[in-house]
Amino acid sequence: MIKRFIARNAPGYIFLSPWLLGFFLLALGPILASLYLSFTKYDMVSDPRWVGFANYEYMFTRDRRFWKALEVTFTYVALAVPARLIMALSVAMLLDKGLRTIGLYRAIFYLPSLLGASIAIAILWRQLFEQNGVVNQVLAVFGIEGLAWITNPDTSLYTLVILAMWQFGSPMLIFLAGLRGIPRDLYEAAEIDGTPKWRQFTRITLPLLAPVIFFNLVLQTIESFKTFSSAFIISNGTGAPADSLLFFTVYLFNEAFKFFRMGYASALAWVLLLIIGAFTAIAFLTSKYWVHYENERD
Amino acid sequence: MLTSCALQRDRRERNGRILKHVFLIGVSVVMLYPLFWLLASSFKPENEIFGSLTLWPSSFQVENYTKGWTALPMSFTTFYINSAIVTVLSVIGNLISCSFAAYAFSRLQFTGRSFFFALMMMTLMIPYHVVLIPQYVQFLKLGWVDTYLPLVVPRFLASEAFFIFLMVQFFRQLPRELDEAAMIDGCSPFKIYWAIILPLSLPAMGTAAIFSLIWTWEDFLAPLIYLNDIKNYTVPLALRLFLDQEGQSAYGQMFAMSVLSLVPVVIFFVLFQKLIVRGIATSGMK
Repeated sequence: MIKRFIARNAPGYIFLSPWLLGFFLLALGPILASLYLSFTKYDMVSDPRWVGFANYEYMFTRDRRFWKALEVTFTYVALAVPARLIMALSVAMLLDKGLRTIGLYRAIFYLPSLLGASIAIAILWRQLFEQNGVVNQVLAVFGIEGLAWITNPDTSLYTLVILAMWQFGSPMLIFLAGLRGIPRDLYEAAEIDGTPKWRQFTRITLPLLAPVIFFNLVLQTIESFKTFSSAFIISNGTGAPADSLLFFTVYLFNEAFKFFRMGYASALAWVLLLIIGAFTAIAFLTSKYWVHYENERD
Repeated sequence: MLTSCALQRDRRERNGRILKHVFLIGVSVVMLYPLFWLLASSFKPENEIFGSLTLWPSSFQVENYTKGWTALPMSFTTFYINSAIVTVLSVIGNLISCSFAAYAFSRLQFTGRSFFFALMMMTLMIPYHVVLIPQYVQFLKLGWVDTYLPLVVPRFLASEAFFIFLMVQFFRQLPRELDEAAMIDGCSPFKIYWAIILPLSLPAMGTAAIFSLIWTWEDFLAPLIYLNDIKNYTVPLALRLFLDQEGQSAYGQMFAMSVLSLVPVVIFFVLFQKLIVRGIATSGMK
């Protein structure tokens, strides 16, 4: 009996063992450890000292930078995700219909997504938006006086939103694949009935694409909450100017690895985990009201 | 009457197509301009980089590359070797461990399979920042800080669940009869994995390898935390050193080294575009 049980399960668990080990040592263990650390004061020199809810209390009631970091991150997510998805969907729809040579466009539009995470691009972006950088040069052609986009706290975040928009390639590819799946005869029938284009969009494209939009929305929201390298490089590692680029991840990094407040940083990490978890949960719980999958209907 | 209608429609469609091309070319120019600007600036003399929209340099400063290569306390040869070591080991680790897990999830029967699969999917959303601090403490205690072990060992433990997901999607499409036939012939599960599943899954493995390569090559956060000594730096960390030296007017050199750091990515993109595009489209669907 037991022998047979082992024989039946052994191959599965043997192949799964690297992942299982990784899951316990690199995911579950550290998550629980950081939950524990979030209730301690820990500077890595002396042992962690239990402080109860003090970290969370300080965070929510007295830490201005925590609220600033939340504000920056939420503003970024609220702007960058829709901007990127709208761009991705519009371009995907243009590429989907009636063009034979989409390969080259697809490649050009995707390339920035692949390069975008690199430090080289973050460095480039800083220079593009400098006082005497390319963006202001272009504006000058149109007679508009430029700004110091990066060093002005009112505009610095927008440079990162534009960087996010520039990288619309991977949701675009996913939209393209989704658009391919919509049967052509639906549009042809609508065309014969004289349905206007925008109505075809709201009545055919959007509903049938809902699962793909949902997928992209969840993926991009999670990704955007995790934004780090570009914000870190463009803000010189500090969230400057005036904390306007103090992304949650940048704040966490500084608390942990610059000031060695590991306990407090762990509490920040758990708040980030809960925020992302909550967003994912909301997306999935509400999805049944606006996402209908093709195979549910037959 | 009919034919003139058709002609009119044809003409309208052609005009629409031309309009679309004009628009798409416009977008392409905007998308590519920053990259060309970077490339152009890397060849320009220092005083020409800013304040002009012209891309063509008045004279090509190849020194930006030769001087930039050795501008930091260590030469870029070291940084490229370091990046190459980390990248190659990470790709190998990802391919082995993730294909193992994906094979178990998609082709083998065992108790708790769907439970673990759900756990695996949940790890996809966990931000690296959440596990970072305990991992750092642990690796520090092991004496692994300032070595490549914290960057590479997790890859051999299938720490990037995205690749498991991608491979599961692919493995599931392969006909079950293959495994069953092989099983009847007395093949062990490992033999089936090695001789049947892997050879049939080269596109999926290729996609995973390319993404893994590019992401490791560009990775910044983990090296930033774990590598302290400049002789261990990877290319992205080295590029950041240029920023610290800003004001010493070495923009040309910084851009030159930035361009070089992107070259491998662009080459892989051009060579394997089809795999990359298909990989994104299929992992996103289903």
